Amino acid sequence: MAKRIEVSGLHAYYGGTHAIEDISMTVEPRSVTAFIGPSGCGKSTFLRTLNRMHEVIPGARVEGKVMLDDEDLYGPSVDPVAVRRTVGMVFQRPNPFPTMSIYDNVAAGLKLNGVRRKSQLDEIVEGSLKGANLWEEVKDRLGKPGAGLSGGQQQRLCIARAIAVQPQVLLMDEPCSALDPISTLAIEDLIAKLKDQYTIVIVTHNMQQAARVSDRTAFFNIAGTGKPGKLIEIDDTSKIFTNPEQKATEDYITGRFG
Amino acid sequence: MSSQSGVDAAVGARHRADGRRLSTGRAGDRIFAGAARGSGILVLAIMAAIAVFLVWKAIPALQDNKANFLTSQDWNPNATPAKFGIAQLAFGTVVSSALALIIATPVAIGIALFIAFYSPRKIASGLGYVVDLLAAVPSIVYGLWGLLVLAPNMEGISKALNTALGWIPFFGGDSPGKNSIFTASVVLAIMILPIISSISREVFLQVPRAHVEAALALGATRWEMIRLSVLPYGRSGVIGASMLGLGRAMGETIAVAMVLTFAPGVNVHILEDGGNTFAANIAKSFGEATVTGRGALIASGLVLFVITLVVNMAARAVVARRKEFV
Amino acid sequence: MSSPSTSLGSVSAGRKIKDRLVQGLVYLAFALAVIPLVSLLWTVVKHGAKRFDADFFNRSMNGLAGKDAGGGAYHAIIGTLEQVLITSLVAVPIALLAAVYLVEYGGRSRLAKVVSFFVDVMTGIPSIVAGLFVLALWLLTLKMGFSGFAGALSLAILMIPTVIRSAEEMLKLVPNDLREASFALGVPRWRTICFVVLPTALPGIITGVMLAVARVMGETAPLLLTIFITKAINTDPFTGPQGSLPTFIWDQAADPNTNAVDRAWTGALVLILIIMLFNLVARLVARAYKPTGR
Repeated sequence: MAKRIEVSGLHAYYGGTHAIEDISMTVEPRSVTAFIGPSGCGKSTFLRTLNRMHEVIPGARVEGKVMLDDEDLYGPSVDPVAVRRTVGMVFQRPNPFPTMSIYDNVAAGLKLNGVRRKSQLDEIVEGSLKGANLWEEVKDRLGKPGAGLSGGQQQRLCIARAIAVQPQVLLMDEPCSALDPISTLAIEDLIAKLKDQYTIVIVTHNMQQAARVSDRTAFFNIAGTGKPGKLIEIDDTSKIFTNPEQKATEDYITGRFG
Repeated sequence: MSSQSGVDAAVGARHRADGRRLSTGRAGDRIFAGAARGSGILVLAIMAAIAVFLVWKAIPALQDNKANFLTSQDWNPNATPAKFGIAQLAFGTVVSSALALIIATPVAIGIALFIAFYSPRKIASGLGYVVDLLAAVPSIVYGLWGLLVLAPNMEGISKALNTALGWIPFFGGDSPGKNSIFTASVVLAIMILPIISSISREVFLQVPRAHVEAALALGATRWEMIRLSVLPYGRSGVIGASMLGLGRAMGETIAVAMVLTFAPGVNVHILEDGGNTFAANIAKSFGEATVTGRGALIASGLVLFVITLVVNMAARAVVARRKEFV
Repeated sequence: MSSPSTSLGSVSAGRKIKDRLVQGLVYLAFALAVIPLVSLLWTVVKHGAKRFDADFFNRSMNGLAGKDAGGGAYHAIIGTLEQVLITSLVAVPIALLAAVYLVEYGGRSRLAKVVSFFVDVMTGIPSIVAGLFVLALWLLTLKMGFSGFAGALSLAILMIPTVIRSAEEMLKLVPNDLREASFALGVPRWRTICFVVLPTALPGIITGVMLAVARVMGETAPLLLTIFITKAINTDPFTGPQGSLPTFIWDQAADPNTNAVDRAWTGALVLILIIMLFNLVARLVARAYKPTGR
């Protein structure tokens, strides 16, 4: 059920600010693609254009094309709500619904989509929590508030919530930046497991993480403050980290700037 | 300047100042601090004095009262013997303000949601100001408008409600009119709208972006986002806001006094003319009140004071608990 | 399981309809608030314009009955302005000092918490109760007569908590660095507060005071019990019944004659204009000084 993403000529703006400029790339299905680059280079902004979350910020807009297999996410008849169900997202900080139980958090998206039967909900909640490697830790306290879990568990709960609606693509915006190393490892293991089923795009500040989890890596950069972010190059992760085409990429990888 | 030398300079300066006019600085500090503290205590003293003086001046009238103060429906404190009770006033106050709350709360939540999530960003604060204008209008003007503009228009609505829902005792009765508790409730509802909506709006705007985006990223529509993220987060704030509105409605005097016409006794048919509230009764009866009459009005005011005190304290407690929770 | 969504364009019709329905209701709610506001302002302007003439501002109602034409609210306007001035003179110092106590001295002490709680409770006192209190204390216990001053006392009780709250907010906005810089110069605490903290917060405090003045200016209920009703000009706020705009409206509206009702509407128009003026100036002050506040 994973799909290929093909982006062409994409620009994003915040009000009058040109945030990212003319990005074109292909994201392969059933693989992990990592976005790396210095702060403010637009990688998170670009990620958010892939499920139309960019436009929920007041004054933000997008130009260009994002094809999910053969459908344009920005096509005139496309409802952003449907896009976000198809392209799931995990945020930098874990954000479970604070007033809901663990169970209800995972079931939230399903209930929106009209799944009402208890047995079906139970089945999918269990499956999603297992898929997020969280089931064993929470199966005895599904009725407890999600906010009571540790940071790493909360983040896996958010991943379970995202995959419960069976998206085609899973976007992750620095999912480990607020977590300790052990929780980070758990999430990375999970990403490796999930890529068998989903197209995964992950933004990360951590180059080792990109090298560990991704198949392909895209490097973003800005020419200077106030300038729009650009895609410098995208290639197999091994190639980017050993023999990149661009000088700027090599400088960044080797820690000469950024 | 390094922090070390800064501290030194500070200490030195203090020494010099102390040496030069140690007494003035100290005395000035003591006087000013005392005045500030005294003003704080004065607030407590005023609150206490309100309770004490109302009780004190109510007692003689209550002793002269030949009727049951709590259950009697009559208000004849100027007669001899004086006979008065608050049953009608309590009924009118509770029913009119409760009904106002029922009318105003959903509308106020709608307004708050409109300004926080539906209206275009650029004009949102302007729209908020428009709603706040409702709060700037004095109650005497609401009363004038309620009496001369709203009431005549309410007659038809009252009749329609009476015809359609007459089987409910509240909406029953033979002669639905325009100067009824129902009309008073509508005026009160308009008056408490801005309080409830402005507090709710503030609470809604505090909903963390992360919760909003969590819902949107799941594929929630705007309404579903509100239901999943905004309403659970804002619930206790909205409850507190409504209770503050309730307190305001219970104490509102002039608008109610102008809209209601007098008819004795408790009448559960709120579409019919007549009815009275604590506050309205005080404003209306004061002009012709005798000594006992004034005492009786003070006694009824004391009851109103206690009720609104309880409602307001409860509201503050709800809002305060929410702060801790968040 | 649920159908793998091949077409992105579809969100179930039920959800879409619900979303639209709520949107409609929310717009409707806003309209429901605007309708009475527009109706109220429109009728006040329309009816109020009839008697918005020189006589209204130059004459009192002395010797005139409700059915008579002419007459004015001079006595009432004078009364309102005097009462509000006295109210401010009584309430503002107390409220400012109390706010200073809460922010600068109280800290987390028990007394400060209790005071803060009762300030909140005090904002909820019904205005008629404030009037009854002054009646019980000033008129019945101290045996003083009806006067503008008695009215001002009752208004002060309503004004104190609002000014405390707004002044408190403004004082909290003053950066701590400023206080510390002043302490470091050896300036005593009270001078720091009077000459550094209060001036910094002043524009915000003025805004708060003006909004509070606009607020109490429209209060009617406590005045009925404390200034009573008079048709004559009484410029002395300390002796004898005094007029005021709200009680003028109340009195004229109670009279069924059209001439009286017309005067009531014009009174309402004048009252709203004065209140709006105060609101406007308050907001202008707030806006003018905003940049320096940051």
